[in-house]
Order: sequence, then C-alpha cells, then structure tokens
Amino acid sequence: MKEYEIIVGLETHIQLNTETKIFCACKADSWEAEPNTNVCPVCTGQPGVLPRLNAEAVQKGALLAAAMHAEINPCSIFDRKHYFYPDLPKGFQITQLFEPIGKGGYLDLYMPDGEIKRVRINKMHLEEDAGKTKLEHGQRMVDLNRGGVPLVEMVTEPDLRSGEEAAQYLSQLRELLRWIGVSEADMERGHLRCDANVSIREKGSTAFNTKTEIKNVNSIDSVRQAITQEAKRQIELVESGGKVEQYTLDWDADTGKLSMMRSKEGEADYRYFREPDLQPVILSNAEIEAIKASLPELPYARRRRFVEEYQLSAYDAEVLTSERGLSDYFEEAVALYAKEPKTISNWMMNDMIRLMNDTGKSAKGLVLKPAALVEIVKLIDDGKINAATGKSLLVKVEQTGKSPATIVEEESLGLIADADSLRKQIETILAGAPNEVAAYRGGKETLMGWFVGQVMRATRGKADPKLTREILLELLKD
Amino acid sequence: MRYTQLSANEIAQKVQAGELKASDMLDASLAQIRAVDGDFGSLDGQATDPETDKKVHAFISLTEEMARAQAQAVDAKVANGEDAGLLAGVPVSIKDIFALENTVTTAASRMLHNYRAPYTASAVQKLMDAGALIVGKVNLDEFTFGSSNESSAYQPASNNPWNTAHVPGGSSGGSAAAVAAEETPLSLGTDTGGSIRQPAAFCGVVGLKPSYGRISRYGLIAFASSLDCPGPLSRNVEDAALMLQVMAGADERDESSATLPVPNYLEALQQDVKGMRIGLSPDYAGIAYPNHKTGEFEIIPVQEEIKQATLDAAEQLARQGAEIIENVPMPHTRYGIPVYFVVSRIEASSNLNRMDGVKYGFTVADARDLQDLYKRTRTEGFGPQPKLRILMGAYLSAASKKVNYYQLASQVRGMIRRDFELAFEPKGAYQLDALLTPTTPTTAFKRAEVFGDSVLMQYADQMTVSVNHAGLPAITVPAGLDNKNLPIGIQFIANHFREDIVLRAAHAYEQSTLDAVWRKVRPMALQEVN
Repeated sequence: MKEYEIIVGLETHIQLNTETKIFCACKADSWEAEPNTNVCPVCTGQPGVLPRLNAEAVQKGALLAAAMHAEINPCSIFDRKHYFYPDLPKGFQITQLFEPIGKGGYLDLYMPDGEIKRVRINKMHLEEDAGKTKLEHGQRMVDLNRGGVPLVEMVTEPDLRSGEEAAQYLSQLRELLRWIGVSEADMERGHLRCDANVSIREKGSTAFNTKTEIKNVNSIDSVRQAITQEAKRQIELVESGGKVEQYTLDWDADTGKLSMMRSKEGEADYRYFREPDLQPVILSNAEIEAIKASLPELPYARRRRFVEEYQLSAYDAEVLTSERGLSDYFEEAVALYAKEPKTISNWMMNDMIRLMNDTGKSAKGLVLKPAALVEIVKLIDDGKINAATGKSLLVKVEQTGKSPATIVEEESLGLIADADSLRKQIETILAGAPNEVAAYRGGKETLMGWFVGQVMRATRGKADPKLTREILLELLKD
Repeated sequence: MRYTQLSANEIAQKVQAGELKASDMLDASLAQIRAVDGDFGSLDGQATDPETDKKVHAFISLTEEMARAQAQAVDAKVANGEDAGLLAGVPVSIKDIFALENTVTTAASRMLHNYRAPYTASAVQKLMDAGALIVGKVNLDEFTFGSSNESSAYQPASNNPWNTAHVPGGSSGGSAAAVAAEETPLSLGTDTGGSIRQPAAFCGVVGLKPSYGRISRYGLIAFASSLDCPGPLSRNVEDAALMLQVMAGADERDESSATLPVPNYLEALQQDVKGMRIGLSPDYAGIAYPNHKTGEFEIIPVQEEIKQATLDAAEQLARQGAEIIENVPMPHTRYGIPVYFVVSRIEASSNLNRMDGVKYGFTVADARDLQDLYKRTRTEGFGPQPKLRILMGAYLSAASKKVNYYQLASQVRGMIRRDFELAFEPKGAYQLDALLTPTTPTTAFKRAEVFGDSVLMQYADQMTVSVNHAGLPAITVPAGLDNKNLPIGIQFIANHFREDIVLRAAHAYEQSTLDAVWRKVRPMALQEVN
C-alpha cells in the first residue's frame, strides 16, 4: 500500500457573545426560549425593515482578527448572499465577501509533542446567523430566535494533516475564543460549529485532490473521529481503484457514522452584491490600535512566562493557564506574596481547583479573593495556624465571606504558641504517663511521636508542633 | 370655501385656533373621497359603478377608525389648550407601500394582499405624532414598479383627475390623484426614479423628493434601497415644506438617514430669489433614447408646451432677481435610465427575495414540497412587473457574468453625480444654486398607450432619475396646462440637503403665477361633483 497524506481544512462558525443580535435590538442569546419569542420585525424579515449594525459585534470580530494575527480591515463592507430557505427570512444573508473584517492570519498550534504547527486562515468575516428548521409531525417548523445572531465565519487553509491535528485546532481555537472573551464557544450549544473538508494524496505530492465536506462535526471528538474515518474511506476507495467524488457528508455523533447528504454539482449562484442598507464599517487607525492594545496576553505566551518567571513546572503552568480568570487569580495572589509563587501554585493546583469544582464557580466568581488566599498561606507560614486549619479556612471564607483572621479569632483556631502555658500542659501529660517516660528515657526514643500525639490530642491540634517538640525534648532529657 | 380646498397649513392653523374641528375636517375628506373616488382598487377588479371611468380610484383602503381616533385626540388636545402639532387635523393619505401597524399593507400586489404589518414606518409615525389624520392607503404601481399606476394588482387603478382617460403617472399615482382631486391635501409618496415627481407633474400638484437620507426609509417596502426616498405630495409649495418639516431627520432605525440638523423650511420660503443662480441645461431639452439597432442615442425633444413652460418659469424668476445661467452641460444625463435599469433591478430582485410564501402574504395552499411552494407562490403572487424586474436583476447579478454590472453602473452613477457637483461647485464655472428642468418629457399619456412597453415606460423617468442617482433634492411644481388641459410640471434640483433652495425657488415661481389663467381651471373629476 502506498503512503498517503491527509489534507484537512476547517470551516468554523463562531457565535459572538454580544448583548444583542447583529442587526436589531433582540437579545443575542435565546437558549431554551420558546420558538419565535426572541424576534422582531427586523430579524423576521418583514417588508420595509432595515438592518442597523451592532458596534459590539464589530469590536469582537476585530478583536478576534487581532488574536488570529490577521489584518483588521479599516473599511469592511457587508454584502448580500442570496438563496431560498425557510430559516432565512429575507431570502438573503447579510455577510461579507469582498471586504471582510479580517484578512489573512494564522493560529499556531502547540502540539502535544512540543512542536508548533502554523495553520493559516483563508478567510474571516462577520455575518448573521440563520434561524432553525425542524420536522415535527410531518411538518417543517421554523424558529427564527437564532436568526440575526452575530457570527464570525473563519475558514482555514488546507494546512491540517490528520483528525488529531484538526481536533487540536478546534480545541485551541475554543480556548482562545473564551480567553479573549468574544464567544462562549460552547460547542453543545452551537456557539462554535465546524465543517471539515477532507482529501487525501500520495505522500510527496503537492496536488490537491477532490475533497469531501463533512457537515455538523460539532464536538472535538467528532472532528477527530469523522476525519479519521473519512480519510480511511478515501484511502481504501483509491486503493481499490475507485475515485473520490465531491460529496457532502453528514456526521452522526450518536452512531459515529458518516452518511452522504448530496453530491455537489457546481457552486450555487448567490448573486452577491453590496448591501445598500448598511454603511461601510470604518475603523480608524487609532481604533484599530486600541483594539490591538486591548488584546490580552494569549494563553501560550502566558504559559511560557509562568514557567520562566515563576519556575513552575510545564504541567502546573498549563493547568493554571487553562482559563484566563484562573491565571489572573494566580498572578494576583503571587503579586501579594511575591516570595512564594511555588507555594501559591500548589494551593491553586490542589485546594483552589477543588474548591471551584465543589462550588461550581469560576476563579472570578469566588467569594474568596486572592488576598484572602494569601492571608491564609501567610498564617500557615508564620506558624499561626496549621495546614489543616488553612485548608478548612478556604471553605469557611468562601461560605461566610469573613476574613481568615476573623474566623481564626472567632473559632479559636490559632496555634498555642505560648511556651509557658504549653509547658504546663505537657508537664501534666508526662506526669500521667510515667511508664512511657521511663521507657523513653531508657532509650526508646521512637516514643517521641506518641508524646506529640498526646499533646495534640489534649490541645485539639492547636499546639505549635515545633514548640511542642522543643519542650518535650527538654522535659524528657532527665 | 370647502374644507377640502384648504391647504394643509390652513387646516392645521384653523384646527389649532379652534375654528375647525379635526373631526369635521375628517368628515369633509371622507365625503370628498365618496364623491370622487368611486370603487377602490381590489384584486378581483370588479367595478360596480357605471361611472367608473370618470372616477379617480386613488384609494385601496380607508383607515377610517384610526383617523377618527386621531381626530378625537387632536380635538381633545385643542380643547385642553395643548399644542396639537404642525399637522393638527390634516387628512393624509399614504401610498400603500408604507407599513402601518395592524392595517393591511399591500404594495398593490397580490403577494401582500393579506399582509398586516406588525409595525409602523418611521415617516408615518412622525406624521401621526404631528397630529395628522391617516385617512387611508392609496394605489400605486405594483411594488412601485411603473410610471402609470396601471401595473397595480388592485384594479381599477388610479385615473388622472384632470382627464380620467389618462394615467395619473406613477408609481405614486394614487397619491398624486388623491391630492389633485382634493381627497386629502397631503399624501406620502416614494420616489426611486421619479415616482413622486412624475405623477405630481401629471396631476398638477407639488411633489418633493428630498435628499437621500433626509427622511427615514424604515417601513418603506424597499424597491431599490440605494435610490428610494419618501416624500410629500401637496397642492402648494408651503404644504410640501410643512410635511417635509415633520418627516425630516435622523432615525436610529435607518443607518442611511442623515444626522444633519433639520433647518426651518417654512422660514426658508420667506426669502426671495434675488441673486439665486438658476441653470438651464440643453441635456434636459429632450430624452435620449438608445436605438437598439445602431446603439446610437436618438434625441426626442420634450413636448413643446413643456419646454415653453420651463423657459417662461426662468423668465419669471429672472424678473424677481434670479440669475439665469444657460447651457449648463449635464452630459451624463442620458445614461440615467440604462444605469437605473441595472441598479434598480438588481436591488429590487434582491429585496423581493423575502416574498417566498413562508412567513406572510400570499402562499399557495397545496404546495407539494418546498420548491413547489416557492415557485408557485412567486408565479401566482407576483404580477408581470415584479417578474420582469426579478428576471432582469437576477440576470444582471449572476455570478456567471464576466462584467460586474452593479459595480459598473455604480461607477456611471458617480459620473452622473459629478455632473451635478460641477454645476453646483461654489468655485466652479457655473456656481448654480439650482437647476431648472422640465419634470417630464410629455404630459400624462392615455391609459394603455404606453403600458406594456416596459422600456418606453421607463424612459418617462429620464428627467427625474439622475437626481436619484446623485441623491439630491428636487421638487416639481405645476407650471400650466397643455392644449388638452393636462398639467405641466417643472423641476428644480439643488445640492445635497438644500431642500430649502428648491422650496424657495418653487415657492417664488408659484407665488408669481397665482393669478395665471391656467390656475383657475379645475380638474375634470372635480367639475362635475363640486
């Protein structure tokens, strides 16, 4: 069998998380709303209505272009793309063909083996979403709630070489979208949708062969599986003397199977022309610079910096930068307690992530702010409380909103660091255990642990362990 | 004098002063409609009136209940000593191409025969807010596609009140007829290539096409989005200024609406034309019609009486101190219609895509599948004009065309605009304030005389269409009658957002001809009833 190379390009539709739809004042988000309840004359395409552009959609589209290293178009223009479908109320979609919001660009994929793979962007433009149709009791029902939701359509060059690479692309794109705050990127809710173009060629060839398009690969696993499966089908077909035809395939995530939707015979004529109801979108140099300046440090840059600046392990840095709010939380805490980034990291990696999982909150949403975390860590480092108390304090602060110091005070959680009172208690314990004292003095020094345990039990864990040991050593010397 | 002969401004002032009740004004208007209008246009087109050929047929539907409530509100305001608005108690008819909440908005098409708009057009809302009484919806060419009203799916279509065997023009033919027949002193029309000015000229009334963007298009069922303008039709210039005053201004629902401040147009009328530079152009002396065999343009001169009326008007204005500049070249005027064919058809074909039988309007009951639904709904729902324009627009914008016609036509539009820029350039060779031209090449033609020849019909717009390409303001005012007692209109065109200038020039001309013999002649449709 010959060696084949798999050629993949992805077409993604990204739903921007704006407050309102792109051309009217309806809410952009109508998740779980009854059909056709989040609509108005504009997004239902009534005769006589006019679109007006939502500036937030332009800002978010341009920010995404900046994050993709694309050129932000200083004068982007909307066009009409015509076709008939019941979920498209105007009979045309307002989109951008000739002058899109972003030109060029790329995403650098950080592959698990440490390599960086650059995926170029072929096009990126703003457009409105269509509604939805579904069959119910033999009738085709239309729901226009989603109609007019702002989308960025982003298409890669055929730069991906496997289902795994495509999955990586989608996963890292999703992370990026959330990181820069332009989309919730929840694939289950259709915030990030993906179609994949797949073809194969013999290794060494530079030609592009007939491709098939897989629709509805709307999870990262689906992308990986569907592409792998389709490439395998194409290879087997070619190996057995067949020829790949230009099909559109549908991926069924439940059965994990591809099925043929239709064969593609030439492009439809969309009769594009410039949307006369909308003005060109003009962004001045200053506005473009401001958009670029508002771009936060991106996840991979931050990851690298965490390793270099705080000497974190690669793994810790990756976990801490898996979400922007989490990494911000960490850095805020480190800034308050600069000498111990590693300690803060340990707290974040274990107890804080557990706290977030238990409460279902994001780092940003916690009552326990970075300053309180640092206060707790300092109380431990200063010997005021023990580690176990510190951990319980996390939960208590989160539940009550009180400061750690207040809780320690109110619940008398502080360690007994008063040498005189501790000495008296230890003397009493030793007096009550003459046999053990004799055995220790007779050489059984392993009993030290037992004595410490007795002290801790008597003080309910509040004895300063270091001081306890010192006093015990002194009193048992004789 | 009958109430229906009062101007809008007179009505509003009398109503505000408590001398005339809005409710009485409404009754007078409705009585006039009953007397002169005859059968309203309907889809079955069955005339019940033996005198139907002598009637005006301006209306498709009345909104009497709404108007009644508005009249009561105005009268209550006046009784309470409140300001009842610039149009207090003025009956207004609306071209049936504007959305008006909870009323049927047909666009004179079977396609929308049952369409109840869920919202109100911005321009109509402003009229209502100013105290106007919305009396009803008037007829038009189907989807505004025509220059005679004959293409309306609602028959009988409007007749010309001056001679009911003639067309009122179009597409705002119902508006022009309603105003000329004193059914309503004001009507709201739309102008895409001349659709306010040509019928206004044919019916002997004033028609103002404002600058593109001066009045919001929101709620105007789009024909050609980059050309469409709502505007007033009235019996005198002052009323046109008044109605413009009410409707002009920015609208957040229309991105193309201008944010420039709205000047006081009524005040502008107080100024004379001394020193105003008014141009005449040889390129408006005839229509250039391309010979399809040779490709050469043949010039068909405008009707002699219209040419004479234009020159007379220039003389009148010169006597009042205006400076007349002759031979202003407007060389790209002749491309106005060919460019219009491209731009308006492509935009119209796109705008009509939403008429698919899925959401509203006409739909076939027994569609076999989706394709069948689309095909038969559009086959049966549209009349010949929309079909022609959809075909032409789809043909011109097809991806398979080697030429991007829309882009090319947009470039020629730029050249047409440039003609005007040079004429109005303050430091240029002509330094015009306004251009004076005939409004139409002929007076109103007979019914069925031109209908059926879409190309010839389109060329009726050659004097008006360049203004739409350039987005400029223009007004037509009555300037006499021809030998068949059909009205003649002349047109003033000014620079962007200088509605004040065209109003001033038209007003000065109008005031100087108040005593002219032709102004004493009444339209034929009014002679018998009044």
